[in-house]
Amino acid sequence: MTANSAGAGDQDAILRVRNISLSFQGIKAITDLSFNVRRREICALIGPNGAGKSSLLNVVNGVYTPDSGEIQYGNETFRRLKPLDAARRGIGRTFQNNALFKKMSVRDNIMTGLSRHSRTNFIEHALRLPRARREEADFTRRSESVLEFLDLRAHRHTPVGSLAYGVQKRVELGRALVSDPTLLLLDEPMAGMNAQEKAEMAAFIKDINQHLGITIVLIEHDVSVIMNLSDHVVVLDYGRKVGDGTPAEVRANPAVIAAYLGATH
Amino acid sequence: MTDTTLTLDRNISQPIVVRERKSGQYWLWLLLAGAYLALPTFGNEYWLNAIVVPFLILSLAGIGLNILTGYAGQTSLGSGGFMAVGAFATYAFLLHLQLTFPIALFLGGLIAALVGFLFGLPSAKIKGFYLMVTSLAAQFFLEWLFLKVPWFYNYSSSATISAPRLDTFGINLNNSLGKYYLVLTVVAVLTWVALNLVRSQTGRNWMAVRDMDTAAAVAGIRINHSKILAFAISSFYLGVAGALWTFAYLGSAGVQSFGLSRSFQILFIIIIGGLGSISGCFIGAAFISLLPLALDVIAQTLFAGRVDAGLLQNIQKAIFGALIIWFLIKEPDGMARLISSWRSRLSIWPLRF
Repeated sequence: MTANSAGAGDQDAILRVRNISLSFQGIKAITDLSFNVRRREICALIGPNGAGKSSLLNVVNGVYTPDSGEIQYGNETFRRLKPLDAARRGIGRTFQNNALFKKMSVRDNIMTGLSRHSRTNFIEHALRLPRARREEADFTRRSESVLEFLDLRAHRHTPVGSLAYGVQKRVELGRALVSDPTLLLLDEPMAGMNAQEKAEMAAFIKDINQHLGITIVLIEHDVSVIMNLSDHVVVLDYGRKVGDGTPAEVRANPAVIAAYLGATH
Repeated sequence: MTDTTLTLDRNISQPIVVRERKSGQYWLWLLLAGAYLALPTFGNEYWLNAIVVPFLILSLAGIGLNILTGYAGQTSLGSGGFMAVGAFATYAFLLHLQLTFPIALFLGGLIAALVGFLFGLPSAKIKGFYLMVTSLAAQFFLEWLFLKVPWFYNYSSSATISAPRLDTFGINLNNSLGKYYLVLTVVAVLTWVALNLVRSQTGRNWMAVRDMDTAAAVAGIRINHSKILAFAISSFYLGVAGALWTFAYLGSAGVQSFGLSRSFQILFIIIIGGLGSISGCFIGAAFISLLPLALDVIAQTLFAGRVDAGLLQNIQKAIFGALIIWFLIKEPDGMARLISSWRSRLSIWPLRF
């Protein structure tokens, strides 16, 4: 399927960001921003540092509350969303500066992502009742599949805090992935990686998108990676949208070149 | 070697068989068998009553606080207060409802859990040192309550409580062996429960909240529910420990037995033993309760008669404190970690170079 620009009347959108504005103590981070993300596409958010990209992801999964505007996810429209509600609706998320549970093992970190699927209570856990054991076995199996998929099996029992940064990024992706999300928000999944690690991560993302059918919104600075990976690019500058379309369209947009592409590379 | 190859067509749902190591369980059973069979045979009554029983009860209290602080990351100085709730509630069930001891003990634990739940509610809004202050308030309030309301100690002139009787299902628990088996059984069962909990999704949620609570919410964990559950379960353990302390160890006790210094003692146990480690609670309790005795024995044999007794006591306390500091500098994660790193070093010992 060829990617196309997400117009206002797009029927196939899973996420609609409508007129979102956000400010921190009077300083505007995002101004009247709207765009749509189509189901099963990879949408890249690009823009210079401080353009409001991470803030936008934080609005989408409820870490920040916008001053105005709304988020439509699936058939529900939210003025204000809490992170837990976002997670329960299948919005997975990774952070720019890994937000992992550092003293826990890799597998335990991944297994925390399954909380939204847990149907057993603490009494069943405390007494290891059959339902709890079955669920634990099921969660272990699902986590092992993710460990295998992301080539993390060798690190299974290692505390996350002692792993290399690039491996931690994969663990965080795993924690989001194991919860069987519908939408994944990835904040600079390739930051601080060398070319080979970037290629690996890009392949994982592509794989997740194509084989598991998960919609992905990601922030990335490496333009060549974005052009290869994404179906749809949204360009931000000073909290405003300056470009929205296919990678080719965005690349040809003079405003975008002025704001971002021309300035860096 | 590990990872570098990349396979794109891997099926994510394929089942994988994982073999977990179980060597630890073998030792656990051996230890338990030793505690049930060998210790009463070879140990004398003084040992069981004055050393092993308080050690086990302090370990149990340590597990209670470790669930809250070591696993769920919520600091508390209210352990003594929650132990008092368990003791006084169990007393009330024994006295007024004439319940048999294990049932009164369990219900006493539940009352402590309820009180822990109530004092845990502020944890939804406040964190860290501020939360510690609210737990301190709980400690002082509970101490005050059990001193000022005579109903709790049945209007006795000494303001203390003692068990009316300690038998259950026809078994007399009033002798020292009976009390030892009672304490050992309760501690063994509750340790098993604690291990189950911390290795389950409940335990992983606690640790996630401890390590980074915003990320925990994003990962789909109910943070407030997790915290308050930790308060309740922690208080259940502390309440049971408090009741055992009163009825199986001291025989009779007042609220002075559960003051702030008790809270600090439990806190030291888990810091020395290791935050976030169940075995660490036993190691820490052994350290706290056995080391002063060992120092005492050493001091008595070496210096008795030659050094003033009062001075000797103070020197022992200073050495005890210095040893704690030394251990914490050597291994800030506690003695459980120290021992496990020794073990892993030992297991690869011949191949070290």
